[in-house]
Amino acid sequence: MGAAPASRDVTSYGMGLAAPLALFFLVFFVAPLLQLFWLSLHNDTAALHWGLGQYLHFLTDPFSLGVLGSTLLLGAEVTAVCLVLGFPIAWLYQRVGPRLQTTIILIVLLPLLTSVVVRTFAWIVILGRQGIINAMLQSLGIIDTPLKLLYTQFGVVIALAQVQMPLMTLPLITALGRIDPNLDDASCSLGAGSWRTFFRIVLPLSLPGVIAGSTLTYAAAITAFITQSLIGGGQMLFMPMYLYQQASTLQNWPFASAISIIFLLAVLAVVSVFTTLGRMSRGHGGG
Amino acid sequence: MSSRKRTWEAISFELVMTVIAIIALIIIIAPSLVVLIVSFTSGFSLRFPPPGYSLRWYAELWNAWQLHFAAKNSLIVALWATGLSVVLGVAAALAISRSQTLSARLLDSLFMSPLVLPALAFGLAALMLFSLVGLPVSPLTLVIGHTVVCVPYIVRNTVAALAQLEPTLLESSAVLGASRLYTFRRIVLPLIRPGIIAGAFIAFMSSFDNVPVSLFLRDAATDMLPIRMWQDLEGKLDVTIAALSGVLIIATVALVAVMERVTGLSRRLTN
Repeated sequence: MGAAPASRDVTSYGMGLAAPLALFFLVFFVAPLLQLFWLSLHNDTAALHWGLGQYLHFLTDPFSLGVLGSTLLLGAEVTAVCLVLGFPIAWLYQRVGPRLQTTIILIVLLPLLTSVVVRTFAWIVILGRQGIINAMLQSLGIIDTPLKLLYTQFGVVIALAQVQMPLMTLPLITALGRIDPNLDDASCSLGAGSWRTFFRIVLPLSLPGVIAGSTLTYAAAITAFITQSLIGGGQMLFMPMYLYQQASTLQNWPFASAISIIFLLAVLAVVSVFTTLGRMSRGHGGG
Repeated sequence: MSSRKRTWEAISFELVMTVIAIIALIIIIAPSLVVLIVSFTSGFSLRFPPPGYSLRWYAELWNAWQLHFAAKNSLIVALWATGLSVVLGVAAALAISRSQTLSARLLDSLFMSPLVLPALAFGLAALMLFSLVGLPVSPLTLVIGHTVVCVPYIVRNTVAALAQLEPTLLESSAVLGASRLYTFRRIVLPLIRPGIIAGAFIAFMSSFDNVPVSLFLRDAATDMLPIRMWQDLEGKLDVTIAALSGVLIIATVALVAVMERVTGLSRRLTN
């Protein structure tokens, strides 16, 4: 009697507790995605004729391929901007006192929790013809006519970078916090300068954070429907809006499904490249 | 000579990093401040700086019944989706948190996947499934769709809180004769409660702000606030939206301040 309870593991719970959520996901997440895949393998909207017509259409159509290409490029640009701007924030965070640390975290955190529509709307106010940037440049006499900032690639990248910045900065802060500060001192006292120490010691050791942040930022940036459509306007078309137009306006569900699957696969490919890089960098750093 | 050179080198590095960091922090915070200022304009446009200040657009907001209707719907759906996510997510987190088995790790990946997969594709897929089984678009379909994309936040935060829990506490409790349920209620739950609350808060905010899933799973009768705002902004630049944005920004700041007190949100998200 006495031995039985002791031998039973009291620190973990049975896998049965995961069953309700697993079932919920099976019915409402996995099944819909499978159905999406099934529909994409049909050539007609009534789903009577099997075939790869939708995929062939997408992959041979320069317009569709252009939309995919510009979406993937947009993600890369936004991720790069977030990395360049986010890394110094994480670096500064490690160097200030606890009060300023909390302030920095809250500044980074607030946008993450503020409505995306509100943040995008703010960029319309900033980038518009009568917006802050144009008003400032005009009052300084630098330009005569307002610059076109809204509805440009530049506008979309900077707005998306601001919207997604927390997703990059938070993992970077975590990663930099795990680096032994003595390494920095050791490198400097051995004669390496600050720049060299940063690029040879700090940056490589923070790679897991860079990769985690980049994965989240990239995935979020290419699917950011609202910011893309409001800042990009009608001329710029990215995958989410393309998908939405085909599904909602044109009611072409099989083609919309194929777009979804191609988009899903593109995201998965990018995520697995990042994950592989992450595993390699951890192996490298740990060795 | 060499120490002097190194000092200059160090200063240039610190200067560049600090300046970029400050510019980045300004870029992060400026848009919200700009919207707050513009929302108090007395004029009819979104010109910055405003020609004068007034509360007229906030007064206008009072009569915007379409926005009220959408806000009410969003609030109801977010509350239900968060509640359902907490029940399903916490139970699942308990099961997978201390298990190293393959099935636990696979389930963990499955539960986290809505975070990286394009939500718009899931929205379309869910709409197709619901129309296949003959379930019309309703608050119920919205709650189901939102729960799928909100659950990851609960699972992640609860798993993180459970990882901090000392297993010896559970063993001691068992040795002293407490049942598993009693130990859960009196020891486990109080210790992981801040983690669950933090997860629930993020889940609630992301449901309230969700566009890609709602886009497919709502109709005119179940209008949702972010979509109403988006469609208003597509049409014309309405200053009422600036006032609404002001309300949302202030509410978010207040909620984050409360959550920071209750759960230590900032530490939780960087560990």
